[in-house]
Amino acid sequence: MTMPFYAPPEQMMKDKADYAQKGIARGRSLAGFRYDGGIAIVAENTSSTLRKVSEIYDRIAFAGVGRYNEFDQLRIAGVRHADLKGFAFSREDVDARSLANAYAQSLGQVFTHEFKPMEVEILVAEIGLDADGRGDQLFHILYDGTVVDEDDWVVLGGETEEISERFEAALPEAPRSLADGVQAAVDALAGPDRTLSAEGLEAAVLDRGNVRRAFRRLSDEEVAVILQA
Amino acid sequence: MSLPRFGPHDDPGPDFAALLRLTASGPEAGPLGPAAQHPQAPPEIPHGTTCVAVRYDSGVVLAGDRRATAGHLISNHRIEKVFPADRHSGVAIAGAAGPSTEMVRLFQLQLEHYEKVEGTPISLEGKANQLGQMVRANLPAAMQGLVVVPIFAGFDTVASRGRIFEYDVTGGRYEERDHAATGSGSLHADTVVKLGFRPSMARTAAVDLALDALYVASDADAATGGPDPVRGVFPVVAVIDADGYVRLDDAELRRRTERLLRRHRSRREGGKGGAS
Repeated sequence: MTMPFYAPPEQMMKDKADYAQKGIARGRSLAGFRYDGGIAIVAENTSSTLRKVSEIYDRIAFAGVGRYNEFDQLRIAGVRHADLKGFAFSREDVDARSLANAYAQSLGQVFTHEFKPMEVEILVAEIGLDADGRGDQLFHILYDGTVVDEDDWVVLGGETEEISERFEAALPEAPRSLADGVQAAVDALAGPDRTLSAEGLEAAVLDRGNVRRAFRRLSDEEVAVILQA
Repeated sequence: MSLPRFGPHDDPGPDFAALLRLTASGPEAGPLGPAAQHPQAPPEIPHGTTCVAVRYDSGVVLAGDRRATAGHLISNHRIEKVFPADRHSGVAIAGAAGPSTEMVRLFQLQLEHYEKVEGTPISLEGKANQLGQMVRANLPAAMQGLVVVPIFAGFDTVASRGRIFEYDVTGGRYEERDHAATGSGSLHADTVVKLGFRPSMARTAAVDLALDALYVASDADAATGGPDPVRGVFPVVAVIDADGYVRLDDAELRRRTERLLRRHRSRREGGKGGAS
């Protein structure tokens, strides 16, 4: 009988975490923030068909960084979770907190029990019913199931420390306009040595308008207008 | 509720009805569930009836009366049978009220779910087929008396025109060129529409024609409710064009209904009927 090599649990967890972090750092980052009319998410993404930011439910958006196939699988699971819950109960019973917990459970389970952790970080954003944005929520969920409840803005992906520093410095105090926020996010994502154009970006908002489905993508033209200003 | 995740072999894709079956959280005797064990549904359950659809030059009008009947009793004076299906389409339903509203709810969600999962909406034809499958799945219940017969109408953004689809209880789907009607008063309503229909009608003319059709149907069919100015209940009328589904407000419907009634009155009194 062969005995498997002994590896201490600390080492195993660290190896998995390193592996996941490396995978996430290979992809491009994204930033989310609150603005006077809702929540906006800006991602660096050269593809106009493979999305990082998408709609989950009436007032809930999803964004992911890392391996596309893994976060897209999570996105679809989130749509299913929300639609099933809204069908079984009522549309107003679907909320980001419960979805974020479900994601955390699922990611935590994969991290501890499966051979390969998921190389993803995700954001679940929800705009509240209050006109002043008090009910807005940003849940940042890590590859191991850690949930962070962000207050005002968030950065996901690799090099988050540098990007966060730049973003925090550039982002005007709340309440800020959408254009100011997008400009700050793009500058933070690009860094001092690069410039990002609208074609290399993907942006979407949860718009606190009167319509039921608040999610709306910003077209390249809209983003270009903001960046030119 | 845990996160619903599937392997590549049992993944339901963008199909919400399939997802419901897989997660077994659907209603057991719902439109897509196994048929109830009762040999025959009792006749006293609420039924809704007459709906019409009329195509006009840049879209479609969908209209339905507001009465629900249970046997010989009126069970509801302000039930609604015309619903938005998504931004560019609507559905009008006649039949057993419970299964009908359940089917509409599932249909609406089916379209939205597909759009979110796939990132693009279903084509109008695809939506019509989806509804046909739901009606087909309801056939066992229909055989027991829980019939659901919808009309589906929408604006085809590719062909840039309004389109209307009719169904039978087996899920048979038939595209109608210009107009359609469903429910117990459909014979009368459809005749009125047929006589009044003109190709490339204006929107207002199509709305007036639909209101007239429902009024005449209510005159001949006990299960179809007429306009009720006392309670302020008028048919639900929606127009669907390139700008999407819009439900007309009651103030406009009251105005149009009163004019319609004046026209009928003056016709009876031998005046110059038809002038508006």
